[in-house]
Amino acid sequence: MSVASQDNAMKTGRAARVFIYVFLLVFALFYLLPFFIMLVNSVKPLSEITGGNMIALPQVWTLEPWLGAWSTAQIGVEPTGLRPYFWNSIKMVVPAVVICTAIGALNGYILTKWRFRGDTLIFGLMLFSCFIPFQIVLIPMARILGILEISGTTTGLVLVHVVYGIGFSTLYFRNYYAAFPTELVRAAQIDGAGFFQIFYRILMPSSGPITVVCVIWLFTNIWNDFLFGASFASGGAAPMTVALNNLVNSSTGVREYNVHFAGAIMAALPTLLVYIVAGRYFVRGLMAGSVKG
Amino acid sequence: MGFLDIKQATKSYGSVEVLHGVDIAVEEGEFLVLVGPSGCGKSTLLNMIAGLEDITTGEIAIKGQRMNGVHPSKRNIAMVFQSYALYPNMTVGQNITFGLEMHGTPKADRDKAMGEVAELLQITPLLGRKPGQLSGGQRQRVAMGRALVRNPDVFLFDEPLSNLDAKLRVDMRTEIKKLHQRLGTTIVYVTHDQIEAMTLSTRIAVMNGGYVQQLGTPKEIYDNPANVFVASFMGSPSMNLMEGVVRMQGAEAAVEIAGSSGVPVLLPVNVAAQRLDGQTVLLGIRPEALTDPDGADKNARRIVTLSNVVDVTEPAGSDTFFTTTLAGKDTIGRMRADAVAVPGQVAQMAINMDKAVLFDPTSGDRIR
Ligand SMILES: Nc1ncnc2c1ncn2[C@@H]1O[C@H](COP(=O)(O)OP(=O)(O)OP(=O)(O)O)[C@@H](O)[C@H]1O
Ligand SMILES: [Mg+2]
Repeated sequence: MSVASQDNAMKTGRAARVFIYVFLLVFALFYLLPFFIMLVNSVKPLSEITGGNMIALPQVWTLEPWLGAWSTAQIGVEPTGLRPYFWNSIKMVVPAVVICTAIGALNGYILTKWRFRGDTLIFGLMLFSCFIPFQIVLIPMARILGILEISGTTTGLVLVHVVYGIGFSTLYFRNYYAAFPTELVRAAQIDGAGFFQIFYRILMPSSGPITVVCVIWLFTNIWNDFLFGASFASGGAAPMTVALNNLVNSSTGVREYNVHFAGAIMAALPTLLVYIVAGRYFVRGLMAGSVKG
Repeated sequence: MGFLDIKQATKSYGSVEVLHGVDIAVEEGEFLVLVGPSGCGKSTLLNMIAGLEDITTGEIAIKGQRMNGVHPSKRNIAMVFQSYALYPNMTVGQNITFGLEMHGTPKADRDKAMGEVAELLQITPLLGRKPGQLSGGQRQRVAMGRALVRNPDVFLFDEPLSNLDAKLRVDMRTEIKKLHQRLGTTIVYVTHDQIEAMTLSTRIAVMNGGYVQQLGTPKEIYDNPANVFVASFMGSPSMNLMEGVVRMQGAEAAVEIAGSSGVPVLLPVNVAAQRLDGQTVLLGIRPEALTDPDGADKNARRIVTLSNVVDVTEPAGSDTFFTTTLAGKDTIGRMRADAVAVPGQVAQMAINMDKAVLFDPTSGDRIR
């Protein structure tokens, strides 16, 4: 495949080249269009939108919709804006990602370097958990959260996401550590390092790429989750996604599209930021993990 | 009782036994080499001494202390791995002192020990570098430094030179030998290279299929192999083995083999073999015992000269190896570089029968 396309690249003339660039540019614009529309409409007064001009740049630039979405918009029945829910999401996503990554790394370390009877079976079961559809666990999970008396709280959501995320983080770290030379672990054992010392001092410093992969994956998934948020934490503990839905669906008064657009961008911003900051490590880490294992 | 005692040690993975009742006693200051083909269990035995693998049955003791179940770091051993196993994220200095740090040695003492070892191995300028920035030979030195700094009772080496190129391997071999002579620490060294085994060791354990085939000094192993496996594994080119029939000549036994023209040749042997009269045996002759008449050992008691066709010559500079047909098989000999031998023509050859050994053709065991 790649050889063939390289051959083509050698032979293409100037005209073909221009065509390819135009073609790619059109597609890039096509994919950017929705974001562009969200962006321009989030800085327009509502009257310009209802006037029927969605695509045009604003005649009057305003940050009102952003401020409104952030702190005063009607979410459900309370005029709180998205701010408290944004913090809910942060309070959910940060602990969940940290716990999942830590446990995944530890699992990967144990499953590859401290093999025990039945370890492949356990890994298989953890892997299986990645493929259980969310809907199936809703009711049992609600029951468990009830028993633990954390239903409707952010803590409950953290637990749900940790349970779901561990399968993936374990998979990532196990495959990465499978390629990590076992002789290093043995050398460290002879040097007198214990279980955790080997983990901190020998494996962790080499785990950068896979940690980035794991964090991006978990952050995006947990931040964007709607089903668990809506099922287990509606009301005051709702995460950003649920609050955004409530904002858009509030039926009182006029529909403030500009506020909705601003809110939607706000909800997408953290994952976008994570990609921009760490995205290039993502590909690198995925490659590193997939070489062996 | 030795310094390092391995008594009837076995190792099983599940139901498969890969080491069968190994018995080796190593004296203090010895350089024991475990040698054998791939998969014979050398690394497994070494890892059992190190404590990285459990001992299934039997016992391993160091300085009279039973080591079964003792953690690797508590055995006062140090190990050099085939891949060197240097910690990639630490500098050379940190690599060397990591073990001391884990054992709670104060920083000042660690630095002093590191300085001494670095001096000894001439790696002082490298102390601030990461392993990724070192050449193979330098990594090898650092790996040895990491072992040395612990001042262990026993050094364990698992094929430490196999990742180096031929020249460096010879240099490092000499260096390891010097180091042993200087420090006098007990060493157990694994290799599958029989030349390394011969040159480094004070004693060799030749292993095959999970059994120790023979344990002895390099000279014993080379001159008096216990069986066909040891005879053919040790030595390069390996020992010639040919089938022959024992014939008594008065009180002396001789082995009759066929020469290149089919004419039988009688080779007197130094074995009391009356009981074997008329039986077929395997006669083992090392290449250096088959040579040109002028190159033959003047002190040998049994020299047999014969005329045989030279098939191939391979000049190696210092000597010339040649192939001739004895007992119907290609047989390798070694003559002086200036001896005349033309492929396809008959040449005079001499066999030093003092060095010849006999084996039982069915069991492969030595006949003495
Ligand atoms: N974890 C394991 N499970 C099952 N069998 C094993 C295991 N480790 C090693 N073996 C077997 O034990 C035998 C000895 O292995 P070992 O690594 O000691 O060989 P070796 O002599 O060091 O060979 P090499 O020169 O290739 O390093 C081999 O037949 C190998 O297949
Ligand atoms: Mg080995």
